[in-house]
Amino acid sequence: MNVEIVGGGPAGLYLAILLRKLDRGVDVRVLERNAPDATFGFGVVFSEETLGALRDADPESHLEITDTFARWDRIDIRFQERELSSRGHSFSAIARKRLLEILQERCRELGVTLEYGVEVEELPDADLVVGADGANSLLRRFGDFGTKVRPEGSKYVWFGTDHVFDAFTFAFRETEHGLFNAHAYPYDERMSTFIVECPEPVWRAAGLDELDEQESLAFCEQLFANELRGRELYSNRSLWLDFPKITNATWHSGNLVILGDAAHTAHFSIGSGTKLAMEDSISLAAALARRRWDLTAAFVDYELEREPYVQRTQDAASESAAHFGRIASYSQLEPIQFAFNLITRAGRITHSTLSVRDPQFTRALDSWFGGRAVSPPPAFSPFEVRGVRFESRFELVEGSVAVSPEGRLSPEDEPWPDGKLLLRLTHAGRRAATQPRSRGADLPLADGWPVVAPTKRPYAPFGAVPGEPEEDAVVDAFVAAAHGARADVLELDMAHGYLLGSYLSPLTNDEDDRLRFPLRVLEAVRAAWEGPLAVRVSVTDWHPRGNQVEDGIAIASALREAGADLIHVEAGQTIHDDRPQYRRGFLTALSDRVRNEARVPTLVGGYLTTLDEANTIVGAGRADLVLLDLPEPQIERPLGLSNTVLLGEVRA
Amino acid sequence: MKLSAEVNIGIGLPTTVPGATGHVVLEWARRADAGPFSSVAVLERVVYDSYDPFTALAAAAAATSRVRLATMIAIGPLRSTALLAKQAASVHALSGGRLTLGLAVGARTEDFDAAGVEHKGRGKRLGEQLAYIRGDVDGDSVGPSRDGIEILVGGLSGQAYSRMARYADGYAHNGGPPRAFANAAGRALAAWGDLGRPGKPKLWGQGYFALGEPDRGSDYLLDYYAFTGPFAEKIAAGNLTSARAVKDFVRGYEEAGCDELVLFPTVPDLDEFERLEEALA
Repeated sequence: MNVEIVGGGPAGLYLAILLRKLDRGVDVRVLERNAPDATFGFGVVFSEETLGALRDADPESHLEITDTFARWDRIDIRFQERELSSRGHSFSAIARKRLLEILQERCRELGVTLEYGVEVEELPDADLVVGADGANSLLRRFGDFGTKVRPEGSKYVWFGTDHVFDAFTFAFRETEHGLFNAHAYPYDERMSTFIVECPEPVWRAAGLDELDEQESLAFCEQLFANELRGRELYSNRSLWLDFPKITNATWHSGNLVILGDAAHTAHFSIGSGTKLAMEDSISLAAALARRRWDLTAAFVDYELEREPYVQRTQDAASESAAHFGRIASYSQLEPIQFAFNLITRAGRITHSTLSVRDPQFTRALDSWFGGRAVSPPPAFSPFEVRGVRFESRFELVEGSVAVSPEGRLSPEDEPWPDGKLLLRLTHAGRRAATQPRSRGADLPLADGWPVVAPTKRPYAPFGAVPGEPEEDAVVDAFVAAAHGARADVLELDMAHGYLLGSYLSPLTNDEDDRLRFPLRVLEAVRAAWEGPLAVRVSVTDWHPRGNQVEDGIAIASALREAGADLIHVEAGQTIHDDRPQYRRGFLTALSDRVRNEARVPTLVGGYLTTLDEANTIVGAGRADLVLLDLPEPQIERPLGLSNTVLLGEVRA
Repeated sequence: MKLSAEVNIGIGLPTTVPGATGHVVLEWARRADAGPFSSVAVLERVVYDSYDPFTALAAAAAATSRVRLATMIAIGPLRSTALLAKQAASVHALSGGRLTLGLAVGARTEDFDAAGVEHKGRGKRLGEQLAYIRGDVDGDSVGPSRDGIEILVGGLSGQAYSRMARYADGYAHNGGPPRAFANAAGRALAAWGDLGRPGKPKLWGQGYFALGEPDRGSDYLLDYYAFTGPFAEKIAAGNLTSARAVKDFVRGYEEAGCDELVLFPTVPDLDEFERLEEALA
């Protein structure tokens, strides 16, 4: 058996080590295009979990690696002349160059052949070929991997500095061109990594597209002079880049297997690239051992084991990249909330997990939120809107009522429920006259009534052709319903393709001023109702020709200006064949954008099933109120009869 | 079969495993009905040595009296809407109301080519079929009655989940480790709530087994799923080849909230039926 590994980065070298440890009879050669001491980037970060895996896989190199480690457990967030710290995060980092030296040395010890300055032009002739040649992998050309590359996040540039940070530091700096941020962490006793990032428009406005390497370094040095404490930035071919998110449909093809960045990348803002790469090596080596060098079986094991984890990490990395892309919209948050939002950005840390790592931080957040030294978590704090006070953030109960008989969804609709806190006034428009939802949605009644909409197309298959709405009558009906309403919050339904919602979307309304009629209704109801008024809106149509999130944010702003106190964030259902993206909390990111970009309080649901989600969402300023979908607790099940001992029979 | 308060176990009929004779398929159904299983289920593809799903379930209806009869799934848009409705309603009536109709768009263009049906627009047509079968749009002129047919929808796209939540009673997952099922179940529940449906969707899962001749079973899966490219190897690697693996799989699905888990054979021998019964005992 002979193995050729293309790429002498951490993944390739580590795999070489593990394969020689596994079987000294196997020839392993690593081919690297650059010199042994050439390296790009400065330090790399590991988590405790990865270190454990490295220790188990090869104690010798683990010892060397941890010997030169920089370790810390703090995240510092420098925002608006304040610095907030959160503890308990356990990071370690090492100079990439030092890591490579250790792995190269260990390779030599174990008899791995290392060849530098070798360009690989064709598929090496070996029993097993490994593509560990990074994001721009050449080896991927020799197999059918289904590679996709797309840029994500903002512009960024990677520097080193001789200021030694003592925490993972996020620094934010406002300029006349927009907000810049830096990600900095120490990697040995002398040096730190220092990455500068800003959205593409800010980068252009600042003229960075026209500066050369030295000029842009000087720009960054000056911008973050405070953080650098007068120290210098160092360049190592430090150019502004777009981060390429790479995915592959499969990681093997014939006797060729790819790993690390060649197989998948994860945005640098969660610092997982090298960690993922070395874990890949461990998984692949273990699979080859288990399958006794049956390559296909081992490759399948390796992919099955790694894929779910890698995908979760890539998803989290994308969330993180997007967070930094819209960072300017969070500038109005209080520093403590800004920091909590930042820490929970990727969905991997929640209020509950942070309260275990750093109870002091969550206590500070809770007391800021609750306005008292000792406060319960954010979801339990009161909320006040237009004179109505809620004792918690999940207290709202929805009820809906049709404003007129023709606006009823189905005949079973109660005309006037009472005792509901949030009462939704709805007119189903072209979704009216359908069978009860217990049977299905949008199933027309055999003997339905005429429906109305600003479009002539039926909502769903076999639906009725809508007639033209009598707008004056619709306004009157909403106003009449609002007058008599007994509720704490009144909600106007402008979502999900119901009557007012279908006015808002280009998919269902051809007029130029699509806000015209919905605003008319809103203003009339606002005049008739003194209490808190919410509006439920599909802030994206989930369709390429429909409203996008940016349109939804503009709609939310207009509604706020016209007197809406609260936006209830929904998505889709404007047309029946949209392209929804369902998952747990599928509306949270949308609510975050509406709340922070349209600057309006929001209410959000979207299959939120835990109080922890509510605490995280409310605490991070992604919504003000949440609708929880709490499942029945399943902690009890009936005992089978076999557990009943029939004493009489036993005696007999 | 009830392993606990939560998950029912169904068994697949070997209708898509080459070499399964009519006798084996019907005897299989008979034993399932006499044994501990709560449903028998079939898969569908056209261009393969396999049985038509509705014909097979009609035969199974005659050989059984208790178990539910499920398509897991049938490719709806291969048929015209009225004919699909008629076939489903016929099985439902012949079996005394035991049909669970799982539908999806299908994954192979060659099935559509062979059936002479456009592959493009299949999602839209499936939506119409579901609206037709579940709705009351023909005034029952295409009989027998479709009342009480339990409908499932399969697929992993956002549109599949919304079709499921709009028109069906539950979701039919396409197989994989319990973790993959749990992820899909979360999406199905989210869609269900979003469409304003009361209660919860029924969640059906599936897996493959070969307890006597694992290699033969895996070879079959590699062949059956060859059209998916390298994905076939992953499906074959998930074949349950020991009693231990079956038990772990069932427990994993149960924890993920599965209501009905259907185990499909990959070797068309009645011995396999016995081995599965033993593994579950």
